Amino acid sequence: MNIDTKYHGTVAVKEEDIICFPHGLPGFADEKRFVLLPLADTPFVILQSVKTPALGFVLIEPFSYFPAYEFELDEAMVEQLDIETERDVAVYVILTVADPFDNTTANLQAPVVINARKRIGKQVILTNTAYKTKHRLFPEKAAT
Amino acid sequence: MLVLTRKLKEAIQIGDDIEITVLAIQGDQVKLGINAPKHIDIHRKEVYLAIQAENNAAAEASEASLAALTAKLKQWKQR
Repeated sequence: MNIDTKYHGTVAVKEEDIICFPHGLPGFADEKRFVLLPLADTPFVILQSVKTPALGFVLIEPFSYFPAYEFELDEAMVEQLDIETERDVAVYVILTVADPFDNTTANLQAPVVINARKRIGKQVILTNTAYKTKHRLFPEKAAT
Repeated sequence: MLVLTRKLKEAIQIGDDIEITVLAIQGDQVKLGINAPKHIDIHRKEVYLAIQAENNAAAEASEASLAALTAKLKQWKQR
């Protein structure tokens, strides 16, 4: 089927490419079906809503930008995402692209965790963590 | 809103499978223990609201700002 998207125009997606977010995302409870669309020539992947063309979150894989980033998925999350092995798990974080873009931040407190094999996703809110919703992508002093 | 008064170690049962117990009271802080099924997510309210607000802000990105960010990122990675 064809869907209209925020950054990619009209895109043909297969039913098996659709990732189900059973509870939506915080603030977007009704958005339960997304596809991951890499943005050409960028490190970004767009989490595009299937039903709402204007809704596309900008994601990055966190570990190349925040090498020390780590968290543990608790038992409830492992169960909700039906995870059997770590190999099936993809982790992204949502960027808040700022203007000026030097101030762009990544939300490390609530990573998007996807069971790639079963195509189930969830934005996991980490509890008792030092991570926050805004971590600068560029260190302050590098801003010019 | 239903209002119930509880003492230390007393609990509240919600439905068949959610239990909230007052574990400790210290000054203006109350420590609660919560037993709930695994499909029920439990968060500090202000944390949940912060994530909601951040998602709403994140959804506002534009194609132009993303293009600018990409250029900056390339330059930055080359250092």
